[in-house]
Amino acid sequence: MTIMIGLLILTVLAGLWATMTALLLRAAIGLALVSALLSIIMYRMNAPLAAVFELSVCAGLISVVFISTISLTHRLPLQEFKVRRQSRITRFRYLPLVLVLAALGLYIMYRPFHIPLVPKEMVNDVRLVLWETRRIDLFGQILVLLAGVFGVLMLFKARSKDGN
Amino acid sequence: MSYLLILIPFLALVIANLLPKSKRAEIVFWMGLVLFVAQAKISALYLFGLLPSTGLQGIESILGFHLVLDNLAAVLLFTLGLTGMAAVLVGRFTIKRGDDRFNFLNLLLLSLIGINGISMVKDLFTLYIFIEAVALASFILIMLYRDKASFEGALKYLILSVIATALMLSAVGLLLLSAGGTSFAELKMVLPGNWLARLGIVIYLCGLFIKAGLTPFHGWVPDAYAAAPTAVSVFLAGIVTKASGIFTLIRVLPLIGSQGAVQEVLLIVGTLSILVGALLALGQKDMKRMLAYSSISQMGYIVAALAVGTKLGVLAALFHFFNHAVFKSQLFANAAAVEEQVGTVDMDKMGGLAQKMPVTGITSAIASLSTAGIPPLSGFWSKLLIILALWLSGHYFYAVIAVLASVLTLGYFLYFQRSVFFGRVPEGLKDIKEAGLGLLLPVVALSAVTVGVGLLFPFFYKVLLR
Repeated sequence: MTIMIGLLILTVLAGLWATMTALLLRAAIGLALVSALLSIIMYRMNAPLAAVFELSVCAGLISVVFISTISLTHRLPLQEFKVRRQSRITRFRYLPLVLVLAALGLYIMYRPFHIPLVPKEMVNDVRLVLWETRRIDLFGQILVLLAGVFGVLMLFKARSKDGN
Repeated sequence: MSYLLILIPFLALVIANLLPKSKRAEIVFWMGLVLFVAQAKISALYLFGLLPSTGLQGIESILGFHLVLDNLAAVLLFTLGLTGMAAVLVGRFTIKRGDDRFNFLNLLLLSLIGINGISMVKDLFTLYIFIEAVALASFILIMLYRDKASFEGALKYLILSVIATALMLSAVGLLLLSAGGTSFAELKMVLPGNWLARLGIVIYLCGLFIKAGLTPFHGWVPDAYAAAPTAVSVFLAGIVTKASGIFTLIRVLPLIGSQGAVQEVLLIVGTLSILVGALLALGQKDMKRMLAYSSISQMGYIVAALAVGTKLGVLAALFHFFNHAVFKSQLFANAAAVEEQVGTVDMDKMGGLAQKMPVTGITSAIASLSTAGIPPLSGFWSKLLIILALWLSGHYFYAVIAVLASVLTLGYFLYFQRSVFFGRVPEGLKDIKEAGLGLLLPVVALSAVTVGVGLLFPFFYKVLLR
């Protein structure tokens, strides 16, 4: 339990860093850290498949996309950056306090609330659940992927001169 | 057989992407048109009881898709058939570049599959996945021309939609935790007495408010509708927001029931949307923005009727859902015809177009009057039912607001008609001609539906009662 609480605190701190930092790159790394920590939490909660997805997609793939995009941007002049950083810190200065209060509130509210863990023997059944009872969801996800592919093709492909 | 409504368009989508580049835009146009018209016909036959319902009710196929075609689903499928047909035709004659036209039709086919899925699934998580597929297709459709305004419109839609997604996904998580599943049947059994599951449903509903573009989450609607190519606006305003937001609301609301705080919130959101949409529409000069604000207002009527929670309320909501889809698609198709001929959507630069474009003028007048609730057009009957549902359930204040907002609606539509179709023709527009047959066909067909449903209201009322 102590390890879990420690992991949750680290996750929140990483999220806070991602929100408050003025550098996009640090924000992306903060987000990746959140996902990595979340993966550990999921693994410890007997959900290794969810942990693998979280780690590979959120911490891995999405971070790569973010960092690739950030590499296309230019740095601000130092003076302007300092002003922006200050304004960002000022804007979010109460956020840590709000988070601490929210955490305390949730702890008081949910202390008796027990989150049931998935039994270890059921973990392998996730694939069966997906394939046997949620096949329509998989089809829906194919649609989402197709929409994404069409979007990338449409937005990033150079337009032909004749329009065909 | 219900799975065919998903599988056939999916096969069409696959084939469309395998076609040779030179002719694919034209072939996909015909494929899209045939699919939307066929869908409208099949669902109409089902609604009128001419199609054996036993053959269509959730047959377990080898695919294992748990889909159920019921009357509610058939209403959405029919509405989608009509509005999709209009969007395909408008797109064919207004999107000039072949590759843009192909992308448009390709994404329209994808949205058709997604919305068909929304109509027939009975699981909150599956519903969410199909809503996301349609939303993703919509962002890309808005950016079809890849200009600054369309990127801005799509970005606003994307940001608000992501918030909705987060809300809905959190709700699914809460429901899984508290109810152990997300199917409607499981939820119905667990919801009474389970506050965490009820909270999950309420959060899910909040996500739907954003998807439907209701006040105070309406910020993305005018930018997205105005920035998108008009053919896309026909589809977005006609069916996308309705299917993702309102239809899902109609599906999910019975799980929790419209009473107490839920009813109050729905009434307030509905009434605010009616008023804010109508008031903001009054001051618009851009035809498409005015229609977008009008959409927000009309969506408010549907939500207010749903809030009542009685059979009459749901009936009124469903009837206005259909009517609004028809006349709003038609008004955007009219806007497309005007934009195509005049080259602008700025109402201050127009005037007297009814002399030059009589069919567009007459059909847009029919749709405008129907939106304002003028008898005997279809919009009159659905608004009457909404006001009656509010009044009979004791919500007099909201009923009065609904009536007064109708006057506002008439006001901004009269301004629209006067600015665009009446008065003197400006000097530069003397040589304007009527739009081509391809653009007139959808507006005439949709006008005929508006007039026909209005005149034959008792017959359609019986169908809805079923």
